Amino acid sequence: MALKGKDLLSLQELSQEDMELVLSTARSLKEILSRPIKKVPTLRGKVICTLFYEPSTRTRTSFELAAKYMSADTVSISASTSSVQKGETLADTARNLAMMGIDLVIMRHSVSGSCHFLSQILDIPVINAGDGMHEHPTQGLLDIFTILDYKPGIKGLKVAILGDIAHSRVARSNIFGLTKMGAEVAVSGPSTLLPPEIEALGVKAFCRPEEAIEGADVVYVLRLQLERQSNSLFPSKREYQDFFGLDHDLLSHAKEDAIIMHPGPMNRGVEIATDIADSPRSVILDQVTNGVAVRMAVLYLILGGRE
Amino acid sequence: MKEKASPLIWPGEAKRRRIQYEKKSPLKEHWWGFSFFSCLEQNDAKANFMKGIENMHFIDKAEIMDEDGIRRALVRIAHEIVERNKGLDDVVLVGIRRRGVPLANRLAEILKDSENVEVPVGELDITLYRDDLTLKFEQPRVGRTYLPFDVTGKKVVLVDDVLYTGRTIRAALDAIMDHGRPQSIQLAVLIDRGHREIPIRADYVGKNVPTSRREEVHVRLSEIDGIDQVTISEEVKDD
Repeated sequence: MALKGKDLLSLQELSQEDMELVLSTARSLKEILSRPIKKVPTLRGKVICTLFYEPSTRTRTSFELAAKYMSADTVSISASTSSVQKGETLADTARNLAMMGIDLVIMRHSVSGSCHFLSQILDIPVINAGDGMHEHPTQGLLDIFTILDYKPGIKGLKVAILGDIAHSRVARSNIFGLTKMGAEVAVSGPSTLLPPEIEALGVKAFCRPEEAIEGADVVYVLRLQLERQSNSLFPSKREYQDFFGLDHDLLSHAKEDAIIMHPGPMNRGVEIATDIADSPRSVILDQVTNGVAVRMAVLYLILGGRE
Repeated sequence: MKEKASPLIWPGEAKRRRIQYEKKSPLKEHWWGFSFFSCLEQNDAKANFMKGIENMHFIDKAEIMDEDGIRRALVRIAHEIVERNKGLDDVVLVGIRRRGVPLANRLAEILKDSENVEVPVGELDITLYRDDLTLKFEQPRVGRTYLPFDVTGKKVVLVDDVLYTGRTIRAALDAIMDHGRPQSIQLAVLIDRGHREIPIRADYVGKNVPTSRREEVHVRLSEIDGIDQVTISEEVKDD
């Protein structure tokens, strides 16, 4: 079908039809996670490589488990413990890996567009697991999948995305994915972290978080990406928390049944108050489970079936 | 620079043809599955194939079973299940997607009427276990597996519409065993058309239908197709 043998680099390029295919496939595959023996033979003999130039807990483990549950073999390479340390270029590393018979590469890199670059070098499919400040497509898909666990549909849903919009690839993937499926997306953050061009993506931008959250069905809190920020984009974490941290006051503007999401890892007490992160309205841990199902679906759709 | 597998039939095309076929006549004929020609890679081969498919289709030769026939066969199978298992203790029905599922539900209904026992019914999707996943051209959609019981210790009766090569059942056996260790697994099919490729047989058969490989057996069920009917059709070429 449509994703077969292709790369998954961004939700911007993914059609709504393909997104729905991934979501419905993930819906079927999620059952495997509840089995006592979590293994199906579908991708037997396929080799998947995770190539991570940035630290990761969730995404990497999630991809690896997804591959293992589908019986694919995985190898994982971290920049910190590989020949990257000796100065090998990305292109050389990738070409060498491909020559060892790998069927698919999953890459995270700190440079935006690096996955597009990789996909032009390699004949095998490439999945973007986060490239710089650009996109993180599987995160966007798993977020939409999680929203659908709680809401009847995406069309017409009001989603507020809160925080470090400028540096967040999660925000961009969610904006592309959600608007494509008909949601009304509002974003808010400190003006230094809220690029003025963001409205060109079909969202509304607010400097005051209350306005963005007003009547929202979903409140999506982003991590403050301190590692990507040059200094003095905001005065202090404490002040950020005062104005933009999600607490009960701020949340009271959302709908009664609004769900709270966060891509992790959380800076508790900065962008999200601890009691809200642990409240029953928080679906943050569901996102993690669903991540495995969605990634299984993506791997099946790209690798399953005839070459 | 980069060459990735380009689809032999682009996604819209399959749909267009399906619509075309449905327009032509909903029950009398249908276009042959495209996967059959997946071995053809070249563009000229593709053109020939496209030409060929326009001139080839199946025509229903005979109706083997009607609504009453299907009902009677299922009633008999239901009774045989009770007889063989000396009651319905630990018996569960598992329908193989798609048409095995409504059949399993109907069997459960008959068992409830005659034995006054509610037999649990599950649904099994075997896509992930197919042995032809790497051979088929079209990537099959993964359906939902729903087993609302632990299969361990149960007498599982697999239900499917047509038994042909046996490969679907092989996949279903693997799928079931991944969920636990049943006490036994039995197989009920509405039609057994022969031509087994692996050593598998059915315990309960609605009707044995000798066929040639050129023929196709179509089970249509009202839950999915709006009509209860089993027909046999043969490939013909238009002139």
